[in-house]
Amino acid sequence: MNRKETRALTAGLPLNRREFLKTTGAGLTFAVVLGPAAFSAAKPSYQESSIGAWVTIDTDGGILILNPAAEMGQGSMTALPVILAEEMDADWNDVRIENSPIEPELYGNASFRMIMLTVGSFTVSGYFDQLRMAGAQIRRVLMDSVAREWNVPRAELHSEPSAIVHSSSNRRITYGEIAAFAESPSELPDISESDLKDPESFRLIGRSVPRRDIPAKTNGTATYAMDIHVPGMVYGMIQRSPVHDGRPASYNKAEIQSLPGVLTTVELDYGIGIVAETIHDVLKARNVLKIDWARGAQADGFNSRDSQAEYAEIPGSGRVEPRSVTHTGDVPRAMRRAAKTYSADYLSDHVYHAQMEPLNSVVSVTDSGVEVWAGSQAPYNVRTSVARVLDVPLENVVMHQCYLGGGFGRRSVSDYVVEAAHLSKAVKKPVKLIWTRPDDLQYGQFRPMNLQRMEAGVDANGTLTAWFHCIVGDGGGLLTSGARIPFYGIPNQNIELCSMSHGVRLKHWRAVGHGFNKYAIEAFLDEIAQDQGIDPLEMRRNLLKDSPRALKVVEAVAEMADWGQKPTNGRAFGMAFAERSHSLAAAVCEISVDSDGQIHVHRFWCTVDGGIIVQPENASAQIEGAIVLGLSSTLLESITLSDGSVDQSNFHDYKLIRMSQVPEINVSFISSKERPSGIGEPGVPVVGGAVANAFLALTKKPLRHMPFTPERVLEVLG
Amino acid sequence: MAIEFTLNGKPVSVDVPSDALLLWVLREDFRLTGTKYGCGRGQCGSCTVHIDGQARFSCRSPMSAIEGKSVTTIEGLSPDGSHPLQKAWISGQVPQCGYCQSGQIMRAAALLQENSSPTHEEIVTHMDPVLCRCGTYNRILRAIESVIEQG
Repeated sequence: MNRKETRALTAGLPLNRREFLKTTGAGLTFAVVLGPAAFSAAKPSYQESSIGAWVTIDTDGGILILNPAAEMGQGSMTALPVILAEEMDADWNDVRIENSPIEPELYGNASFRMIMLTVGSFTVSGYFDQLRMAGAQIRRVLMDSVAREWNVPRAELHSEPSAIVHSSSNRRITYGEIAAFAESPSELPDISESDLKDPESFRLIGRSVPRRDIPAKTNGTATYAMDIHVPGMVYGMIQRSPVHDGRPASYNKAEIQSLPGVLTTVELDYGIGIVAETIHDVLKARNVLKIDWARGAQADGFNSRDSQAEYAEIPGSGRVEPRSVTHTGDVPRAMRRAAKTYSADYLSDHVYHAQMEPLNSVVSVTDSGVEVWAGSQAPYNVRTSVARVLDVPLENVVMHQCYLGGGFGRRSVSDYVVEAAHLSKAVKKPVKLIWTRPDDLQYGQFRPMNLQRMEAGVDANGTLTAWFHCIVGDGGGLLTSGARIPFYGIPNQNIELCSMSHGVRLKHWRAVGHGFNKYAIEAFLDEIAQDQGIDPLEMRRNLLKDSPRALKVVEAVAEMADWGQKPTNGRAFGMAFAERSHSLAAAVCEISVDSDGQIHVHRFWCTVDGGIIVQPENASAQIEGAIVLGLSSTLLESITLSDGSVDQSNFHDYKLIRMSQVPEINVSFISSKERPSGIGEPGVPVVGGAVANAFLALTKKPLRHMPFTPERVLEVLG
Repeated sequence: MAIEFTLNGKPVSVDVPSDALLLWVLREDFRLTGTKYGCGRGQCGSCTVHIDGQARFSCRSPMSAIEGKSVTTIEGLSPDGSHPLQKAWISGQVPQCGYCQSGQIMRAAALLQENSSPTHEEIVTHMDPVLCRCGTYNRILRAIESVIEQG
């Protein structure tokens, strides 16, 4: 930023949850947060002053807005400043964006327990009110300053982009000019919701501002942690146990330590680290490393295919005590009274994140403190985790957030940073730790495999009256996300989890359990509809008749896809609906199947109600990307384990979708004045059901095991 | 051993093992970090550079095979990020996480150097080796086609 001018105006938000909570009532009161030049390029001073600083206005007119969220491709580093700039009436051309410090008390997500965690499509939706309020307060302070300076009532002033205007005297002053004399009030002004802009008058929100990270992502200058170089840096790699929780018993330590460039080896609970002078040295040493692994880990002997096959025996067997997810009405009674009942099992395999940037970090442990460079969805957790394992004070751990080469849930834990801290501590030098792709895949944390036991009862009119859904697998809440069907008006519902433990690493994966639960739910619905002779759209109209907002989404996608004109020439349509992150999504896809059992998805339509869409172009890209990821997991992706070890190692045997397999995709949004809801994930859960349902329509055969590989398709087709 | 080659139009010499991989030499020795490591076995294409004008996986290229060759990375594609594909990538808002996009652009640029008007199918076939986990494929396609349309 321009430091020639020494004076700047800084404003921000409340400092702790107590003060935040005051804002959730009718009267909105914020703590004081103004002070001159509170931000300096070299070292922020707000740590001492406990001032939350979102914005700095320079006297030359530049406006710095801080971004609190990880930028992993979802575009929120632009979307969040857009929200604030809208309410403060900043000229977007004046706005610069920098990452905020990793200080959750100041920059946490107010709708998400004030934590700094970029997950669950919560970023824009969670920060929306908070940043509008901050922007409105800043604008108010600027207007009050001008009112005093010009001795006119504030009511006679209005703002234009980066300027305040007094029309009757034909005077205009820029924000930069105001910053030169504005005084800090002892308290930020009260702003009520009626002081915020009417969405009709938004000029940034809803208008698709180009993303600020994109130019650097076309010329090689965008900096990911993998790209960091610091003076004296050396290179680390770790061979981790192929079986989760497996321990190294012995390794060729002397041989490794005698190799050219090798500085040391580091013994970890679950692997052996090597630190070497150059990347070439560490790669060579890694190839020579031989480890004997001790047996005795829980996952030793685990075979995922065998375990998954046994899941079908679990529901109702008494072997596992079911845990209720939700329960309404009397399901057994409704089943007894049903004119017809249905039952089907659906399976899904383990799925790997496969973010394109393998995990990595740079950590420098010195006597005076620790510096971390990483791309993390949970940067505060990085700081606390490193402080804990190194036993240093939290304030001595500085985290430099980098661009994330994909996250999808894998980068919200800090294992790949803590490891580098261990290596750096061992050599007292900065270490760049790189996970190879096989490391990243085989030591992955997977979306859990599972079985869905679905049962339903319908009355004589074909109306669903009873619904039973039992999820079987390892993963607890990772399995139950998306199991509820809050928009479907089925009076008797019993949804439960039979939870087991295999000792395999599991993790959130974009849209979490919604990916497989919504597949099972939507596929089961269409199987019932087909048996009852009801059109899938009609079926959902009936189920959603008391959920007008959801029904509108389904109607909209049906219209966009021209559902009434279903294809007949060897192609078929399938439909699905899902809610995720408080957004509603519906999809239609068109498929064909070739003689090799390969499903070809030709066209895909998706309509989303995500409330106010802050960045429509980017939101559309998010839905497109989620559909592509959803198709990849639906058609191709499967992690299996044998004797506790992952069978796959790289993209030759864990295949991802490529350009030639991607359909034409059309996305639309429901026009809305509701608060924004999540956009990053709702495109994922509709995919499995839409494809399975198109297959059912085309072949009259259900697909009950995801991914729908050619082998499985041929098996189903007999 | 010292290996001499041309890097982004300039003669360079680097003292690395002959079996060192071009990818890591570019990234860690020359600090041209726009070329990305993604898989190490030519499956993802994030490491794509031009070797004597052809799109190649730098993760599969030992330095012994680079001696005397001309290597172009994303940093050398244009002096100021103004290659028509780079401009189309911005106007089409193509990248999401961005990690694969150097590889995507370099692969597309090699195609257009050889064939200024490839068909849709030719583009898809040529681009298929480069993975994008964020799913930007359709935007990549549109960006390439927009450059072709503009001639």
